[in-house]
Amino acid sequence: MMDAPLLPLFILLTSLLASPVLFALPERAARLRTAINLGMAALKVMLVAWLSLKVAQGVIYDLRFEVLPGLEFKLQADPLAILFIALSAVLWLITTVYSVGYLEHGPHRARFFGFFSLCVAATVGIAMSGNLFTFLLFYELLTLATYPLVIHCGNAEALRAGRTYLIYTLAGGLVLLLGTLGLWVLAGTTDFVPGGVLTDAAAQNPLAAQLLFVVLIGALGVKAALFPLHAWLPIAMVAPAPVSALLHAVAVVKAGAFGIMRVVYEVFGIETAQALGMTAPLAALAGVTIIYGSLKAITQDDIKKRLAYSTVSQVSYITLGVALASPIAAVGALAHLIHQGLMKITMFMAAGNLAEGLGVKKVSQMDGVGRAMPGTMLAFSLAALGMIGLPPLAGFVSKWYLAQGGLEAGQGWVIALLLGSSLLNAVYFLPMLHRAWFRDGAADAGAPARPRIGWMLAAPPVTTAVLVLVAGGFANAPFSPLEWTRFIVDIEYLE
Amino acid sequence: MSVDISAMMLAIFLPLFGAIAAFLLPRAAALIGLVALALTTGAVIWLAREVWQSGAVILPLGGWGAPLGIDLRADGLSVAMLALTSAVGLLVSVSALDALKGAGQSRQRQYFWPLWLLLLTGINGVYLSTDIFNLYVMIEVIALAAVGLTVLSGTRAAVQAGLEYMYASILGALLFLMGVGFVYLQLGRLDFAGLMDAEPTGALIAAVALMFVGLALKTALFPLHFWLPAAHANATAPASALLSGLVVKAALYIVLRLAQYMPFPSEALLTLVGMMGAGAVIWGGIQALRAERLKLLVAWSTVAQIGLIFVAFARAGELGLTESWKAAALLILAHGVAKAAMFLAAGRIKDEIGHDVIRDLDRSPIRPTLAQFTFALAAISLIGLPPSLGFIGKWALMEGAMASGYWHWVVVTMVGTLMSVAYFSRVFAGFLRFDRVRAPVGEHQGWALADAAPLTLAFAAIGLGLMAAPILSFLEIGYPFGVAP
Repeated sequence: MMDAPLLPLFILLTSLLASPVLFALPERAARLRTAINLGMAALKVMLVAWLSLKVAQGVIYDLRFEVLPGLEFKLQADPLAILFIALSAVLWLITTVYSVGYLEHGPHRARFFGFFSLCVAATVGIAMSGNLFTFLLFYELLTLATYPLVIHCGNAEALRAGRTYLIYTLAGGLVLLLGTLGLWVLAGTTDFVPGGVLTDAAAQNPLAAQLLFVVLIGALGVKAALFPLHAWLPIAMVAPAPVSALLHAVAVVKAGAFGIMRVVYEVFGIETAQALGMTAPLAALAGVTIIYGSLKAITQDDIKKRLAYSTVSQVSYITLGVALASPIAAVGALAHLIHQGLMKITMFMAAGNLAEGLGVKKVSQMDGVGRAMPGTMLAFSLAALGMIGLPPLAGFVSKWYLAQGGLEAGQGWVIALLLGSSLLNAVYFLPMLHRAWFRDGAADAGAPARPRIGWMLAAPPVTTAVLVLVAGGFANAPFSPLEWTRFIVDIEYLE
Repeated sequence: MSVDISAMMLAIFLPLFGAIAAFLLPRAAALIGLVALALTTGAVIWLAREVWQSGAVILPLGGWGAPLGIDLRADGLSVAMLALTSAVGLLVSVSALDALKGAGQSRQRQYFWPLWLLLLTGINGVYLSTDIFNLYVMIEVIALAAVGLTVLSGTRAAVQAGLEYMYASILGALLFLMGVGFVYLQLGRLDFAGLMDAEPTGALIAAVALMFVGLALKTALFPLHFWLPAAHANATAPASALLSGLVVKAALYIVLRLAQYMPFPSEALLTLVGMMGAGAVIWGGIQALRAERLKLLVAWSTVAQIGLIFVAFARAGELGLTESWKAAALLILAHGVAKAAMFLAAGRIKDEIGHDVIRDLDRSPIRPTLAQFTFALAAISLIGLPPSLGFIGKWALMEGAMASGYWHWVVVTMVGTLMSVAYFSRVFAGFLRFDRVRAPVGEHQGWALADAAPLTLAFAAIGLGLMAAPILSFLEIGYPFGVAP
């Protein structure tokens, strides 16, 4: 096979270059726009598949150029990057189909898809960043590209939510800038290296290193929606359904969680972080967030808000797995990065379908929707059961590894936490399923008995639901998310 | 070396002859202006090549040489400033063709070009001068042309603002001249090389302080900024872009040069300068948050940004000056490009919508999306988000401050950044809100060729950040700070 050292760059450019073209297209050129969107997304999936094959064979990609003396813009394609890129590429393709269907007659489609592409480009950049400086670049680009998507509706409520979103994320970005500078001054490099770059600096100046850890995790915690920095996430629910789906599954919260991984594994190194005594508080914080998010989710009647608080809770599984400092927990964390993405995107697309087809936006209106929209609700139910952790669905696999990791690390409380969290998940998801399948619909005037939504809306959630099943059921197959995460953990822990 | 000689002379005299010709032939003024600009840009490129290849170049005018005669000198910093001036100037000129094409603007067309070319003469003169009396002459030339550009639109508000600007400018020049006089009394010479050997006596420090206050007035450093917002907000768009992007930079540049060649008074005074900068960042931010009109908001952001440049200058104390000037220079370049783009975009938005009241931007069914996009890109650089040049400047500022433990400057920068996010997001909300429009909003409205120049500038402001390493190494040519050239 041909060798292409610029492959990571091409993958970045598929979505980055699509964006200006999409901006410039006239609103009525819907077919051309769809063709470009789907063509680029499909091309990207293929390129990513090629890249992961190459990386699995041990090819090393490393692109860099100097921005300031000693400070480089650096792209790399290590296995951890591949994990995130693959998630983003596959879900971009699926969400694009969904968005085309969802926005078929809406206004500002050119703007929407332009920023959508830009947003996906930013996630790829985040994944492939070879140092914290490059990471910061794409992290801020992600903020800027998602803001117009969040306020897409353009009404007063959306703009208020957008302002909250912008204040939280840009303030977080500013703190990340501070942290990046701190790292640069302290360590003289911002590179991501398995095992960390701060071992010496932390030994000489533990207080500064601890402070840096707090600053960096605090900055990333905003996007990762760690308690108490999560308040923007439920508010950002005013965004259109495909945007929420992308925000929760791939783009924003995952960027935060992914950043936490990079910082703990490759800036500090898990051993240094442990020696600084920072992993235990982080694990505790993640635990608090898991319980808090679930408790808040129970009280929400708005479907999207309930899902949002569920995200607050579920994304912290990833942080928990990282902070437990055990290789098995790390496998669970990494797998959950993928699994949570698949499950949550399914649920958001299904929620969007309910709103489109039946006008149902609240849990209390969900009576009998299972019969009205069986395909959508089947997908939703699968994802919900996966979230609760029912075997053999994807969510079970991550929870299993997290629990094992907790035992391995001698942290028995993790088992209790996971059981409690699963119970709470059941408390807020099962009533939704119960209403959907086992209650008769209120004889609501107006709503059709079997609404017709296009295949572009119906197919994507079903597809991702099947992926939830496959990722869980075939977790041990080669190139499954779980297998790939074992590959990564070998790298992060053997250095 | 006769080659360099002509390049430096050309950079000063081409615009001067252009100004005279444009004044005498008002019908061909635009053509003369563009040709003069293009030729000047060519001369600057030529000069840049020379400096890149063989380091700083010195040209004794009339063959006398300092301290008796007048020297022209170009090093990395001068050429960078010249390049900023010609690149921004050329693009602003192109967009002025469109901005001044209205039927009622014949008088503006007639005077814009001679004034702008005269301004260019003065600015280029500042960047090539090597003695402080020459600098004084050049800043007077700049003031004359800049006041003319301010009142060009002829509105009552503009004339009033122009008058205020003129008083401030005259006072500033007078203070500078007094400083120059004291220096001459002390040392008997005015060239940079002569200043370098001087002992920092009390009288000399007083002279430097006088010069600094004069320059602070001219560059509108808080609390001497009172004239700037009205002057920049009420001028026509291309004039605002020139005033905000280029004119204030000349005085800033002189501050950098003085710091290079004069014994810097003391740590306490440098801290005071930084405090004034911090005051500007905060006060400019507050006023931008309260501004009701788009152009006024942009003008207040200039006040804040100039403050930030002084913070960069003071970021690492007296010992850090050898590095701090580079952070300040990066921010000067970044602000020049981004602010010119932003003022042009604001002018385009005002032209298309018919007003620039921020609160009512979202009521208009016309959305000049390209101009809005330009505005947003420029804002990214001014806020200091990556990968823009503004970000790199801010990075350099905070890095130096952090490394030498001056955490208060880091805090000021972060507060200023957050404030700029807050005031620019007021404008974005106006761009992106649609529920207050009664008529249907069309698509791709208000796209015009006139958007090309500001959009180019805005992309440059973002993209130049990735070229910061070559820019920095260029700046260092012939500029060993604190060491005799």
